[in-house]
Amino acid sequence: MDLTCTEEEEAFRSRLRDWLSKALPRLPPRPDPSDWPARRAYDTGWQRMLYDAGYAGLHWPVAAGGRGATPTQHLIYLEETERAGAPYVGANFVGLLHAGPTIAAEGTPEQRARWLPPVLRGDEIWCQGFSEPDAGSDLAALRTRAVRDGDDYVVTGSKIWTSHAEVADWCELLVRTAPIDASVPKHRGITWLALPMDAPGITVRPLRTLAGSAEFAEVFLDEVRVPVAHRVGAENDGWRVTMVTLAFERGTAFVGEVVACRRTLTELAATARRNGAWDDDETRRRLGALNAEFTALWRLTQWNVSASTRGGGAPGVGGSVFKLRYSHARQELYETAARVLGPDALDLGRALILDRLSSLSYTIAAGTSQIQRNIVAERILGLPKGR
Amino acid sequence: MDFQLTADQKALRAAMRDLLAARLDRAALRAAVERPALDRELWRALGEAGFFALRLPEREGGVGLTLADAALVFEEAGRALLPGPLVATHLAAGTEPGAATGESVVTRVDGPLVGWLAEADYVQGDAEGAVALRSVDPLTPLHRTRGTRTYVPEAALLAAAEQVGSASRSTELAVQHARSRAQFGQPIGAFQAVKHLCADMLVRTEVARAAVYAAAVTQDPCEIAGAKLLADEAAVRGARDCLQVHGGMGFTWEAEVHLHLKRAWVRAEQWQSAKEAAEVLAAAL
Repeated sequence: MDLTCTEEEEAFRSRLRDWLSKALPRLPPRPDPSDWPARRAYDTGWQRMLYDAGYAGLHWPVAAGGRGATPTQHLIYLEETERAGAPYVGANFVGLLHAGPTIAAEGTPEQRARWLPPVLRGDEIWCQGFSEPDAGSDLAALRTRAVRDGDDYVVTGSKIWTSHAEVADWCELLVRTAPIDASVPKHRGITWLALPMDAPGITVRPLRTLAGSAEFAEVFLDEVRVPVAHRVGAENDGWRVTMVTLAFERGTAFVGEVVACRRTLTELAATARRNGAWDDDETRRRLGALNAEFTALWRLTQWNVSASTRGGGAPGVGGSVFKLRYSHARQELYETAARVLGPDALDLGRALILDRLSSLSYTIAAGTSQIQRNIVAERILGLPKGR
Repeated sequence: MDFQLTADQKALRAAMRDLLAARLDRAALRAAVERPALDRELWRALGEAGFFALRLPEREGGVGLTLADAALVFEEAGRALLPGPLVATHLAAGTEPGAATGESVVTRVDGPLVGWLAEADYVQGDAEGAVALRSVDPLTPLHRTRGTRTYVPEAALLAAAEQVGSASRSTELAVQHARSRAQFGQPIGAFQAVKHLCADMLVRTEVARAAVYAAAVTQDPCEIAGAKLLADEAAVRGARDCLQVHGGMGFTWEAEVHLHLKRAWVRAEQWQSAKEAAEVLAAAL
């Protein structure tokens, strides 16, 4: 068990730290969270800065245009960027952490050449078209149909909770290419398509969340034509392709946020010392317990990353263990923040309170905690499937 | 960074697991519960295997290994419910005669409680006026003392490692039972309510294990406090959930579950309590 970094890794850290200290002051002011075009411009601008400095797609394979960094270097990158207060991946989230890795793993050379460089440069934004009104946790029940017509698929249906749809250029779209038939498992008829968001027949309607802002949208598809060449993986093999994507989402997408939570916790402790909340035994000990929690989650990440480095390939179901614990820990952090803030916890003008509201989605998004527990129980512990 | 067990560490863990499986199987454990006395022969066998002298330098007759290696061995002790003042004797190797070899038993007054006082050859700390309790754990005789706690981080870490072993064993026992026990025409493990209990047990154990291993490597007092806090929680709640999964059987003396719960309760009060750990962790913020 070795937690020390090599000389090479430490050199990488100090170069990155040095670059961050020069790059961050050049960033424009952060845009208003409700102004999506401004958010897109801000996030893609940051992506471009990373690209120019050679930090874009750090953990992507070199063949996909990435830097082929080691998992440890990726962790150092997440640690240092969060510590420096650099922007979060934001509108580039789906492209960099979902669609990109999926295309890199499952796409043809032509598809990789077409879609990956613009993601890395910050030229193109992706959104995720998975969930539907009747297919959320039961994703395989999706009904958006794609019918082959010559060199195109003709797609009709609707998607919901599509993050960044308003400003996206592309959508990673799951469609049904074989009808639901009781004799075949329903996940067998699904196909993964790259949908251009400016295609005729697409309507995007923003959805307002409980935080008051529009984080996602509903997307309606009315006989939208998608070239067959935009299919990633084989027809009806989209479920397997999707599992590759979800393993990435659960495995590494939340990792950087753990460091951000530790920073929030430190700031919260400082606030508590100022406003007297620190003198309440229970509040103070809850802050202490959260310190243990986020430190342990960071160590668990290092454990999982080391395990997958030795094992090779995509992160495994260990990501579900992490995601389950992290999403609840994050919510507990903001519950404790409310204790510390007292009446100010009802002030929407405080960033912490907006974060408190948004933390409510963490136990739902990317598979609810209940679904994650089923995954842990069935795939790690080997308990039987049932209802 | 390669935060995984080395081949030597895996071998060390396997050797300890084999030794305990041979010496402390279910029948031996049942017998010990009915006649609680320290098994001196087993104690010496542990000494011969290097359990107590593990971290003593080789020139002093020890094995010269690290706290991280010791954590793996103590995790196995926790899994097997190995009784005795393990941590105190391990810490006394090199200072109390015979501790390193398992020839003597050493206990230590650690705050308001001390374990195995009557059986110990050496007692560290002031046990004057100690009063015997009817210990909740049939395999840990306890005395109440007027002593105060002198915090020893390594001791807290090794106790946390035992807790992780116990939590891990509780998870296994629950899963075994959930797969074999049928009700309403199917294994109870097919019911989500049972499945989710088991999944939460695993998650708590894995998080605690990562914390314990990392703290054993860094030896940072704050990380050790975090490891103890999370491992205590994993062991206590794990045993309770395991008992629940066992249903009526879990409530019997016959099932092994109550022994894990009671020992976890004892260890949660030893070396560093949850309250003390949380204060250390808060102060570090």
